[in-house]
Amino acid sequence: MKRLMLGNEAVARGLYEAGCRVISSYPGTPSTEISEYAAKYEEIYAEWAPNEKVAAEVALGASFGGARSFCAMKHVGLNVAADPLFTSSYTGVNGGMIYAVADDPGMHSSQNEQDSRHYAIAAKLPMLEPSDSLECRDFVKEAYEISEKFDTPVLFRLSTRVSHSQSIVEEGERNEVPLKDYVKNPQKYVMMPAFAKGRHETVERRLEELSHFAESTGLNRVEWASKKIGVICSGIAYQYVKEALGQEASILKLGLIHPLPQKLIQDFARQVDKLYVIEELDDVFETQVKKQGIPCEGKALFTKLGEYSPQLIAEKILGQKTEWVDFDEAVPARPPAMCPGCPHRGLYYVLSKLGVMVSGDIGCYTLGAAAPLNAMDSCICMGASISALHGFNKARNMPEKSVAVIGDSTFMHSGITGLVNIGYNKGNSTVIILDNRITGMTGHQQNPTTGKTLKGEEVPQIQIEAVCRAAGINRVSVVDPYNVAQVEAVLKEELASPEPSVIISRRPCVLLKSVPKKEPLFVDAKKCRACKACFKIGCPAIHMEDGKAAVDPTLCVGCGLCASLCPFHAIGPLGGAKK
Amino acid sequence: MKTKSVMIVGVGGQGSLLASRILGYVFQAEGFDVKVSEVHGMSQRGGSVVTYIKYGEKVYSPIVEQGEADYILSFEQLEAARWVSYLKKDGVMVASTQKIDPMPVITGAAVYPQDILPKLQRLGVNLREIDALALARQAGSPKATNTVLIGVLSALMPFEKEKWEEAIRQIAPAKFVELNLKAFSLGREAACLR
Repeated sequence: MKRLMLGNEAVARGLYEAGCRVISSYPGTPSTEISEYAAKYEEIYAEWAPNEKVAAEVALGASFGGARSFCAMKHVGLNVAADPLFTSSYTGVNGGMIYAVADDPGMHSSQNEQDSRHYAIAAKLPMLEPSDSLECRDFVKEAYEISEKFDTPVLFRLSTRVSHSQSIVEEGERNEVPLKDYVKNPQKYVMMPAFAKGRHETVERRLEELSHFAESTGLNRVEWASKKIGVICSGIAYQYVKEALGQEASILKLGLIHPLPQKLIQDFARQVDKLYVIEELDDVFETQVKKQGIPCEGKALFTKLGEYSPQLIAEKILGQKTEWVDFDEAVPARPPAMCPGCPHRGLYYVLSKLGVMVSGDIGCYTLGAAAPLNAMDSCICMGASISALHGFNKARNMPEKSVAVIGDSTFMHSGITGLVNIGYNKGNSTVIILDNRITGMTGHQQNPTTGKTLKGEEVPQIQIEAVCRAAGINRVSVVDPYNVAQVEAVLKEELASPEPSVIISRRPCVLLKSVPKKEPLFVDAKKCRACKACFKIGCPAIHMEDGKAAVDPTLCVGCGLCASLCPFHAIGPLGGAKK
Repeated sequence: MKTKSVMIVGVGGQGSLLASRILGYVFQAEGFDVKVSEVHGMSQRGGSVVTYIKYGEKVYSPIVEQGEADYILSFEQLEAARWVSYLKKDGVMVASTQKIDPMPVITGAAVYPQDILPKLQRLGVNLREIDALALARQAGSPKATNTVLIGVLSALMPFEKEKWEEAIRQIAPAKFVELNLKAFSLGREAACLR
């Protein structure tokens, strides 16, 4: 059947059709849906791992065990998985193995804009890059063939616009690939110096062989049109080039983006009058083309920042400009905000009120950095809140005026080790774990604390309290973030205590289906004195109407946080009379 | 045939993903090549959200740029102002009259512009204004503004009513199909009455 498929869904379809058996991933926009879609196939074992390093190692172990395996992560997740990535290049595989990595040019939902192609070069691994959903499906199959033929893990590069665009794919049948035999082979799988030296030779030889393969594989192709302009490109940039230049340029479209086909590039360059390299983010192709002594134009014309577009390409290469009308007044920005009823809001209100230094982390709660809460001082990468706070306090010793905030899933990902460090190295910091019973930002994925797996099975929950105590933290308390008075009292007590402590701010994400929504609240305009106390929490449902506070009933979920802060008791339910 | 573009603009949580899936389904059922581009993750949390749907003989880029959209479906007035530059000269904007204050307006750091829709009309924008929220409530839920707007758009496009209804049956969650069909027909009727 032909149907519209998200790039990520098409990757999952490719995994199914290619006979993949084991998947382990950690969610991260824009890669998350691959594993969610793949988990729906009974034939595939799929799990959420606590982090990308674990996921990659699980997939590698499954490959050693003879299965076609897979792990997916966002670009920054590959930093976490970099350790197994580099050495898996040495061990090679048994069953085929793929590392999918989704870059986020334009940083729609990321803390940096790194280009994961550098990893393919550094780890000496082949990398494929599809440009639409059909290629997502087909390239997965190619990737497994390459993986098994060349005894190597394969990197599979995606980007936001490929992962999160839908295009038409015709579904195929599953190719049931039998489990390969497992044969003990320490020279290949035990990477200690004596064996690794031999494997390094294998890696270099393999890269040579892959370079030859790159010249002939159908993954790389030339589309001839006018030879006045030649463009080398891959991935989503190829789609933009096709749309912008049409028949005015010939294109060398790369599907295998590492190693590059040097002869193919030379031949192509010789036949066109002017050669451009069009690639989002870094000058990875351009550098390699220029290294061969081939003149080309790339980053001198095109930025290393953000996403490209057909108009950008048409303007830079053809000098074409598009016209449009525009609204001629300032349009206020609409940044994302914590949802109405979000349990994080009450906690951030207290942090903002107390004016403490907040070492932040990655998740929905990073939105606490925005106005009017302004309650975050730093945010680096997954898990960094706890370790960075420890360092901050070793430098400045102000544990009575500083906290770390980290979500339940992020704590499991890489916060635990930071907490062990505090317990071990005589820290005295206060860590707040925002336990909303789900991985929120990426769209509600299960994690070790939720009691469910990716496949939906019930499992014992990892107890955050027990983990903290085991890490050497004696003072562990639990608060309800809807109860602002309780949060403030406990926080003051823990900040003042001379030992390290953990406060678990526990309430399920309001978007969870299992959380009952209450009737919206209303402002009694007669009682409201427009003091704006309720505006301090930054709730999207509260706004001014005719000089008084008002609640938008289509947004309000009746959490009551604003009502608890109103000094004039002007906010409350309307007895369910009005819908 | 030249590729046609539709944009859906609104506020995270207003249901633009469902609307884009319905459009994608209709265009594919008509035999076109289709691409849909969405935004997930951080951008969804009450932020400004935009979805692109393109169809034609062969679609390359999944994104729509300034001056290119044949239709813009706007779920909220401020978003209509923000994205109007994406409309083609002879394009049509279907705009819900709903207003949702963004955080900078709530905190007082910025002001919500007055009379956005009349100003857009004065700019020469071919505008179809509709109180989608009221019609959605009439259909049974304020959450159905997305299918009300789809109903208005359907009256402007050359595809049969049954194709749209079939798409809604296929795409909407089973228990909300009837609600969405009603919202769709209210929107379609409102457009036809003009």
